[in-house]
Amino acid sequence: MTYQQPHTEASVSYPETTAGSPLVAGGVKVAARDANVHYADKHAIKDVTLDIAPHEVTAFIGPSGCGKSTFLRCLNRMNDTIDICRVTGDIRLDGEDIYDRKVDVVQLRARVGMVFQKPNPFPKSIYENVAYGPRIHGLVSHKDELDAVVHGSLERAGLLNEVQDRLESPGTGLSGGQQQRLCIARAIAVSPEVILMDEPCSALDPIATAKIEELIDELRQNYTIVIVTHSMQQAARVSQRTAFFHLGNLVEMGDTETIFTNPEHKLTQGYITGRFG
Amino acid sequence: MTAESGTKSPTERMRATLRRRYAAERRFQAYGIVAIVVALSMLVTLFVTIIGNGAGAFVQHTARLDISVYPQDIDPGREADLDALARANYQSLVNDALYSMFPEATSRQDRRAVRDLISPGAKFVIRDMVMDDPSLIGQRVSVRVPLSSQYDQVLKGNVDPAVDFRVMRESSTEIPWSLPEGERLISDTQAGYLQQLIRQGEVEGSFNRWFFTNGDSRQPELAGIWGAAVGSMFTLMVTLLLSFPIGVSAAIYLEEFAPKNRLTDIIEVNINNLAAVPSIVFGLLGLAVFLQFFGLPRSAPLVGGLVLTLMTLPTIIIASRAALKSVPPSIREAALGVGASKLQCIVHHVLPLAMPGMLTGTIIGMAQALGETAPLLMIGMVAFVVDVPGSPLDPSTVLPVQIYLWADSPERAFTERTSAAIMCLLGFLILMNAVAVLLRKRFERRW
Ligand SMILES: Nc1ncnc2c1ncn2[C@@H]1O[C@H](COP(=O)(O)OP(=O)(O)O)[C@@H](O)[C@H]1O
Ligand SMILES: [Mg+2]
Repeated sequence: MTYQQPHTEASVSYPETTAGSPLVAGGVKVAARDANVHYADKHAIKDVTLDIAPHEVTAFIGPSGCGKSTFLRCLNRMNDTIDICRVTGDIRLDGEDIYDRKVDVVQLRARVGMVFQKPNPFPKSIYENVAYGPRIHGLVSHKDELDAVVHGSLERAGLLNEVQDRLESPGTGLSGGQQQRLCIARAIAVSPEVILMDEPCSALDPIATAKIEELIDELRQNYTIVIVTHSMQQAARVSQRTAFFHLGNLVEMGDTETIFTNPEHKLTQGYITGRFG
Repeated sequence: MTAESGTKSPTERMRATLRRRYAAERRFQAYGIVAIVVALSMLVTLFVTIIGNGAGAFVQHTARLDISVYPQDIDPGREADLDALARANYQSLVNDALYSMFPEATSRQDRRAVRDLISPGAKFVIRDMVMDDPSLIGQRVSVRVPLSSQYDQVLKGNVDPAVDFRVMRESSTEIPWSLPEGERLISDTQAGYLQQLIRQGEVEGSFNRWFFTNGDSRQPELAGIWGAAVGSMFTLMVTLLLSFPIGVSAAIYLEEFAPKNRLTDIIEVNINNLAAVPSIVFGLLGLAVFLQFFGLPRSAPLVGGLVLTLMTLPTIIIASRAALKSVPPSIREAALGVGASKLQCIVHHVLPLAMPGMLTGTIIGMAQALGETAPLLMIGMVAFVVDVPGSPLDPSTVLPVQIYLWADSPERAFTERTSAAIMCLLGFLILMNAVAVLLRKRFERRW
């Protein structure tokens, strides 16, 4: 795997260590090399190169509008749905270029699930919400199997106890935090390898947020998780590695502890100490 | 607090503006109430006039005749086959029955006056009865046949306000006409026969079933809306079957699949323009394309349906696009996020949510089509059609055109039927809207 030193406008340079580098030494789940995203004329992501390690939580932080969501959406090609969006560069999942012609985007999205900022359950029953993915991907062949998948997914999303006796009631009738966990259950029902979360707690109260954070920590054992967050405390609490974006550039990435205690770059320092953002 | 003299404190100023704001609010409400009262009173006036004019059409005075179905008159060969029965002369049966009721009427003139009491359509009533049950041949049957419309109108009090059924029955020989004999339509002799018929207890006002089962006729007492209603149903069926799938597919393509470029912009502008094109233009187009170029039959509901499809498509497309646009993007993202294909996303999630809006748009389009007259005139659906159409290819007319035709007829009895037909048309519209509400309820998932 070849990789070029990224040339960002802020002209940041990175030392070649795992602790303070966007690259990881061991196994790599997702690798981006010189990824660029344009919305028509707007250059939203500039030459981003980073690695995401398996079974870790990677947090993207940075001021609003810096391109965190945009980059996250590149990882499961959700940007394809935006007409004016153009993605260039090289993004690989398990070494396979996901923007390759041969890659089926439907299959990719089954491998890379997504949880959105605002809980968005389907206006159907709780059961149907979770069952939808396995059903369209043909992962189950009969009802018992489907039941097992639905129960298992709700269980792993920590929601089963709360909804066990009302699986047929509408998913939109749950509380905000429960809806978001339902969306997580829906995402893991198709057994993805990576789960992308775009500010999953920004619409939730602190207690619901705590539950989701706990859940993220548990899910890490089975899935690779990338989470965008505007809360630095959250990034510090749930993630193992953190990437700081600014104006479309990846300024700094490394172990969460290193980023928060000993940031390399002035911008990072300013952001995490609350001087701007 | 020491306020400077001459300047008001903020609270006082706020209180002054508050009063103005409340006054504006009250004024605005008053405008609204006035508008609603005006609209409602117009609606009430409309309904009162139409119902007042049209209610009479649902009643038809009939006379009971004792008819001897002589085999020699209608079935001399004793074949009893339907063709012969259909062609037979039933008028003489009716005449014989009438003459036997009025034995004193022997002169040509008197006999004619007697015959005029009964609708010329009475023979069809007898014919239909005999053809339904040929065993009646050779028997004596008692039949109710419609009175001529002029006598029917007299009995309803529509000709002379001073004279109606009750007055006729109860007055002695002298009927209190308000006009002298020479100036009224009905002579004393004729009135005498009518009165005699009433006194014998053979006349009664009953539900006018012919209005609901017959096609059009030159005789108002036999003219019905069934032909036009069936024509309307066929026309609307064709319109619905074509415009709903085409309109919804076009909307889905334009909204979900089409690239946003110059061409689709032009298409969008043109669809919006088409919605505003006067309907008669679609009639001319239909005449040129469907009748002259494709040679489809004139006056056929099929062609009417095609023309109305052209007319309603823009409405349905615009409404369907609006319905698709109103589906929250988060639902699409959710579906795409778990790996649904674009089509699955649309069919499983977007369409069910957009369906109520699409159905509403379609029903609005259908209601428009149901009330449309002008384009159908152009393709010959204005013809005088007696037979009830059996298929969308048979010549027929539609309800609004029937209303137009009857409104043009001078007879008082047709005026009555015009209003009655309007009531039926409105009834249809209310029914359609009720169906729309039901469908909405059924498809709407407001969770
Ligand atoms: N659909 C879009 N069309 C055009 N520009 C967009 C679109 N989405 C995002 N952008 C632009 O891209 C930049 C990055 O946005 P985003 O990734 O949403 O930022 P973040 O999630 O970090 O707040 C912003 O300047 C935003 O204006
Ligand atoms: Mg964002």
